[in-house]
Amino acid sequence: MTGRRLASGGLIDRKAPLRLRFDGRPYGGFAGDTIASALLANGVRIVGRSFKYHRPRGVWGAWVDDPNAMMTVRLNGREMPNVPAATTPLEDGMDVRAVNAWPSAKYDVKGGLDLFHRWLGAGFYYKTFIWPDWHLFEPAIRKMAGLGHVSDAVYDDYVSDQVNAACDVLVIGGGPAGLIAARTAAERGEAVTLVDDHPDVGGSALQEVAIAGADPAKWVTAQKAAFVAAGGQVLVGTTAYGVYDHQLVGLIQQFGFGAAPRRWRMRARRIVLATGALDRPVTCANNDVPGVMSLQGAADFVTRYGVLVGQRMAVVANNAAAERAVAVLDGAGGRIRRVDPAKGAVTVHGRRGVAGISQKGTRRYADTVLMSGGLTPLVHLWRHAGGKLDWCPDRQAYLPGKSPVDMVAVGAANGTFDLEQALEEGQTAGAGRSVTRGPTDYHLTPLWPKPGSAGRQWIDFQHDVTLKDVEMAARENYVSVEHLKRYTTLGMAADQGKTANMAGLAAMASVQGVSIPEVGTTTFRPPFVPIPIEAFHGQHAKTQWAPVKRLPLEDLHRAADAALCEYGGWLRPGWYGQGDQTALIAQEAVMARTHVGVFDGSSLGKIAVMGPDAKAFLNFVYYNTITTLKPGHLRYGFMLTEGGVVYDDGVVACLSPESYIVSCSSSHTDGVLRHLEAWRQDGNDPDRIFVHDTTQAWATVTVTGPKAREVVAALGVACDLDKAAFAHMTLRETTWQGDALRIARVSFTGDVSFEISVTASKAAALWEAVIAAARDHGGGAIGLEAVSILRAEKGYIMVGKDTDGETMPHDLGFWAPRQKKTTAFVGDRSLRSENANRTSRKMLVGLRVQDGAAALATGAHVVLPGGEVSLGYVTFSYDSPTLGHPIALALVDNGANRHGEGVEAWHMGSRQSVTICAPCFYDAEGEKLHA
Amino acid sequence: MQVFTCPFCGPRNETEFHFVAEAGKVRPDTTQPISDAEWATYLHTQRNEKGPVREVWMHTTCAELFVMQRDSVTMAVLGTQALRKDGS
Repeated sequence: MTGRRLASGGLIDRKAPLRLRFDGRPYGGFAGDTIASALLANGVRIVGRSFKYHRPRGVWGAWVDDPNAMMTVRLNGREMPNVPAATTPLEDGMDVRAVNAWPSAKYDVKGGLDLFHRWLGAGFYYKTFIWPDWHLFEPAIRKMAGLGHVSDAVYDDYVSDQVNAACDVLVIGGGPAGLIAARTAAERGEAVTLVDDHPDVGGSALQEVAIAGADPAKWVTAQKAAFVAAGGQVLVGTTAYGVYDHQLVGLIQQFGFGAAPRRWRMRARRIVLATGALDRPVTCANNDVPGVMSLQGAADFVTRYGVLVGQRMAVVANNAAAERAVAVLDGAGGRIRRVDPAKGAVTVHGRRGVAGISQKGTRRYADTVLMSGGLTPLVHLWRHAGGKLDWCPDRQAYLPGKSPVDMVAVGAANGTFDLEQALEEGQTAGAGRSVTRGPTDYHLTPLWPKPGSAGRQWIDFQHDVTLKDVEMAARENYVSVEHLKRYTTLGMAADQGKTANMAGLAAMASVQGVSIPEVGTTTFRPPFVPIPIEAFHGQHAKTQWAPVKRLPLEDLHRAADAALCEYGGWLRPGWYGQGDQTALIAQEAVMARTHVGVFDGSSLGKIAVMGPDAKAFLNFVYYNTITTLKPGHLRYGFMLTEGGVVYDDGVVACLSPESYIVSCSSSHTDGVLRHLEAWRQDGNDPDRIFVHDTTQAWATVTVTGPKAREVVAALGVACDLDKAAFAHMTLRETTWQGDALRIARVSFTGDVSFEISVTASKAAALWEAVIAAARDHGGGAIGLEAVSILRAEKGYIMVGKDTDGETMPHDLGFWAPRQKKTTAFVGDRSLRSENANRTSRKMLVGLRVQDGAAALATGAHVVLPGGEVSLGYVTFSYDSPTLGHPIALALVDNGANRHGEGVEAWHMGSRQSVTICAPCFYDAEGEKLHA
Repeated sequence: MQVFTCPFCGPRNETEFHFVAEAGKVRPDTTQPISDAEWATYLHTQRNEKGPVREVWMHTTCAELFVMQRDSVTMAVLGTQALRKDGS
């Protein structure tokens, strides 16, 4: 037992005792403790195991810089892995277990791995498991790797709030400099938000003897009160984890264990960075033994939690800032021995805990070694924003340089470690003026890793990267810091190198004989602290991720027992009824072929294009000629990209010479609308063309089958339905029950079909009337699955399913406009390219299987008999219930010229003989279509 | 998350916008003979400049196209104008 609770001091409430268990043993703490401070107060030394060698690990730091104490915590039936003990407030009843250790951190069965460290150096995976095959070893290694295990439980209420907010000034860090900056800005009338990741503001103020002549705690309270009185917003327990484009700052606000954190997207007009600085470890032999701690961290444990981390403490410090921390520890009653690292190499003794320290052959007893290798300003957010870093030789640290955005660093984050100067900087920044860094009294003796020196010297505590690993990386020419990082995993632990990076860079500089700034730094990336993925999506998941578009008739479909499925972003009926899905779909398809089927076509795009230039405009955006389209007529056509590839297929209806309706694919409406708007506004006169999406305003009920005409006639519309009067590909505008009604004779099934459109509010009445009439004729509603079979039998394509990113219209058999259209149209020149004229293009064909053979697999490759080279692939395949044999559509190399050729369909190693045929299996002559 | 200013709707998050093209690109007259190289340049060659750029964007929620000057290095938005007034 080394650490102990002091009788007084700290921010804890000694009247509020809390219980916890660690690795199965009961301990006590107080409200205001973190898990780490409670364990230290109970004298717990070993709190975890390192990642690779399973070496015993103790608490290193008091806050975000601690890389060692990672826990799996269970409380109130909720379990969370990889909880950082140093930053997680203690709650009553927490059951805490060290990750990466079994049965406990103290007695870890894998501790023996350390004996083999000689063979487990940097890159050992790549060198050792390469023969005969990495995949042989991978499962076992993956099982050993990783830290905590994710619980199988699903917490439905663990959903992060997402808050979008804005402010004039965002002050990050509530220490003395941040507090004064926030107060100054707020009193100027600016909207200021102050964030601090601790449970309350104050920061390093707690370690001061006095601030501006006042007691530090009282000074902090007064500043905060004045700030709030001036209208300032304080967010505590909130970490600024990243700075993004245009001064967007990500904040994560914690609400205690097991509660989902809240994510703020804070847009700040200007940002004041008052994030402070961290103490660096000293790289020496055995510097990873539990009991070796950050000096500043040890002072923090006294001032925040009333915990003295050791009894006999050796202090290894090289810098002026150490004096304040030593004074704090001295004041708390610690016995301190100063060891000047400038006088010779230091070695720590002990295995499971510090047992002494030696220098120049003299060994002294100590139970704790407190290290301070110099202060490193926390410049992560500065770098996220693209700010430059300047190397300061006096401070041996990277300091904020130029920033491309309105961001100012103050106090220790700016390398200003003197309190008076920090307060001045805070005031200046708060007032919106630029900060000039003054001369500093801070000084230190450079103390960096010495390559070639004896002993195992840890650089990354969690990932077990030692000085020798860095030397090996350099020998193997991984000299770039980005390569060094990835080869050794230095700085890739959960703390992302907050303790390790500077030592690693310095070691590499030393090995190469260059200066630290010549080596450079690795990239600082958000997030600054680990954040659950949940925080990034919040409610924006599951059904909220991409909300489906809804049909006006959804209620009626549900009442008719429809299986509603998503088709291209729309929730549409797949089929109707309960029972065997395949049988139900087949029944619907047969019913539509023999009698009549009714389906909901409301999702089809209905984009109105109007104006004096509308016709010429459509003629330009369509592959097909539109200028010859007469009022009351429809034309099937393609929109192409400028690359000549089919982008959408659909039907254009001409209502009048200046009014058209573009009926595009259901899933493409938004894209087609953008496409049309882009061409309308860029390249045409936008005052002479108007594009308006009316898709949601109209509902469409489609009637198809031999009895379709009788069903429409039963509605009693004022319209001659006779085949001579109302030909295929024409349109009638009429009324039904006093409302406008459009009837288009157009077919997606190959049978006589009528698409009847009314305003959406009338959809239910129309649907019920049509369904009733269809029942009288032996028909009824059919879902999209049946429609999909019917259209494939006829060889009607679905863009994106039966076409791919290379398909041009002539690959689908539509080559007339390419040869005959003389006016310009989108994609025209690309259709005349060498690529477009290749004979070896993938063209749409049908595939016929041998008698009695099963349907092909969709996606199967088409190959020559016995061949290995793919000629194309099956885009759709189904055992047609109406034809009684399987059908398939495919895109096949030069397919249009291979009808009748015998080939094979290859799927998962099996081959099936098939014959290429025309892509139409139903009514090739069109008699039924025009009936 | 960047903030772009639609000339019609004001400042909005970048997720509401859709990139259309680099500004100033003119479609060749395809009724006249055009070399493969000229067409390929129109289709594929982008200036992709480092620093200030002029681009055509669409604000998808109002469907208006506009020209935006921005800095491709600092991501600063230097200005936006309605496309038809810009004349490019």
